[in-house]
Amino acid sequence: MEVLLKTENLETFIGQYHILQGVTFEAIRGEVTVLLGRNGAGKTTTLRTILGLSPPSRGKVFFKQKEIQELPTYKTANLGIGYVPEDQGIFPYLTVEEHFKIATKGKGDKVNERIETTLALFPDLKQFWRKQAGVLSGGQKQMLAIARAYINYNELLMIDEPSKGLAPIVVEKVMETLERMKGETTIILVEQNYLMAEYLGDRFYIIDDGKTVLSGEMKELKEHEEWRKKYLGIS
Amino acid sequence: MEQIVNLLINGLATGMLIFLLAAGLTLIFGLMDVLNFAHGGFFAWGAYSGIWFYGVTGQYVLAILFAMFVGLVLGALTEKLIIKPVYGNHIQQILITLGFMLVLSELLKVIWGPNQLPAHAPEWLSGSWLIGDIIIIKYRVFIIVVGLIAFFTIHFILKKTRIGLIVRAGVMNKEMVEAMGIHIQKIFMLVFMVGASLAALSGLLLAPYSGVIYAEMGMDFAILAFIVVVIGGMGSFTGSLLAAILVGLSGSFMAYYVSELSIAVNMLLMILVLIFRPQGLFYGKG
Ligand SMILES: Nc1ncnc2c1ncn2[C@@H]1O[C@H](COP(=O)(O)OP(=O)(O)OP(=O)(O)O)[C@@H](O)[C@H]1O
Ligand SMILES: [Mg+2]
Repeated sequence: MEVLLKTENLETFIGQYHILQGVTFEAIRGEVTVLLGRNGAGKTTTLRTILGLSPPSRGKVFFKQKEIQELPTYKTANLGIGYVPEDQGIFPYLTVEEHFKIATKGKGDKVNERIETTLALFPDLKQFWRKQAGVLSGGQKQMLAIARAYINYNELLMIDEPSKGLAPIVVEKVMETLERMKGETTIILVEQNYLMAEYLGDRFYIIDDGKTVLSGEMKELKEHEEWRKKYLGIS
Repeated sequence: MEQIVNLLINGLATGMLIFLLAAGLTLIFGLMDVLNFAHGGFFAWGAYSGIWFYGVTGQYVLAILFAMFVGLVLGALTEKLIIKPVYGNHIQQILITLGFMLVLSELLKVIWGPNQLPAHAPEWLSGSWLIGDIIIIKYRVFIIVVGLIAFFTIHFILKKTRIGLIVRAGVMNKEMVEAMGIHIQKIFMLVFMVGASLAALSGLLLAPYSGVIYAEMGMDFAILAFIVVVIGGMGSFTGSLLAAILVGLSGSFMAYYVSELSIAVNMLLMILVLIFRPQGLFYGKG
């Protein structure tokens, strides 16, 4: 088992607020690592801190054993980390095609091939190829956001609440897509939808009040209703 | 009829000059959220350096290219030394760029003296055409043509190239562009340079139009350019062209028919936009 990404005691301030107060976790190559926790626990901030969008004041981030917490965001991303933000981060006035173009680096057959593979995984996007992304439905935007992160052969994808705001049937679709990506890429998934987390996750970490408080294999969380009650408020 | 055509051409020419100034401002603001009050300084530097070059070589087209080059260099230096330290802080940006604007115009006086200098169009752009009874001043048409060339060149870059795509995406969501592995700081430097270069072009084009150049010549136009940025929508390149034409035409017609109101009308336009469509008329339309 290779540890692809690891954080050690991350602490992050936003303004004067001490948001992260010790986040420690590992993502193992090929697995889906789920970050769980109540609203406002610090899940989004954890992803942003890894990417350098909200840099940590203390603690370390390792990607393939290399320390990366000091790197600027674009360099971290170029190591092979794709990001799907909680608000999807779609460019509303660019077309779907332009989203693909801006996401793919380089030119030629390899790129075209990758666009083909990506479209095969997200077939609905083909229909909207020339449409401005702002007019897509919530689910289509989510698919576009995931496709945009997937297209670059990233070794690691960090996906923030892909089910947020979507109808159950659309959530199922997103889940199927992520399931097909599983194994091919390593995924760090932030998810409030416990069923989705349980279905996709291999390993979980619970973040509470800016700290990682509990972790284990997903099936352990499945067996311990009292953990879910205590930290997630669900049964 | 003759009067109307003249006012039209006049308004369009002025509109183009304002557009060239506003184009840089709007992209700089849209992309990096930077308020640059030194932009009028690039305008004056373009005029002085271009007119000087024209005086030395007698080549007007080369003088245009020279002024644009000076704009590029000034833009690069300004971004590195003045703007970079004050990202994310509007108050500091206003103070430091206003101060730098003064430095730029004082430097002009040190180099070329404190008095205003004459500026003439070259022979081939002087005089006018007579079409029917309508007199059309060649130089004004020249300004319009150059402005349109600049517009379509940049429009093409924004729509068809990867860099242009990045600039447009950056205006919409800068963080996301960075998270996709793009060094947006470098792109911004480029945009800043091109913006300064367009401002310099605008200044040089104005020089023979108004007949004189002076160190503070950028001020009035910079104010109009800011009005245009607000009307057109921060970050909207096409919006800045349309709004500049609107402001140019309204200025030209108002100055003729109700001259006391010509500045007030532009202010009023801006206020109306701020009340009814504060994001600008063409926000997000590219
Ligand atoms: N820009 C900000 N300014 C102040 N506080 C912030 C800011 N961004 C986040 N916070 C606070 O930081 C804490 C953690 O936020 P974060 O978005 O990381 O939580 P989360 O676990 O992703 O929550 P959710 O499940 O609701 O998305 C919250 O209490 C939030 O209010
Ligand atoms: Mg969140």
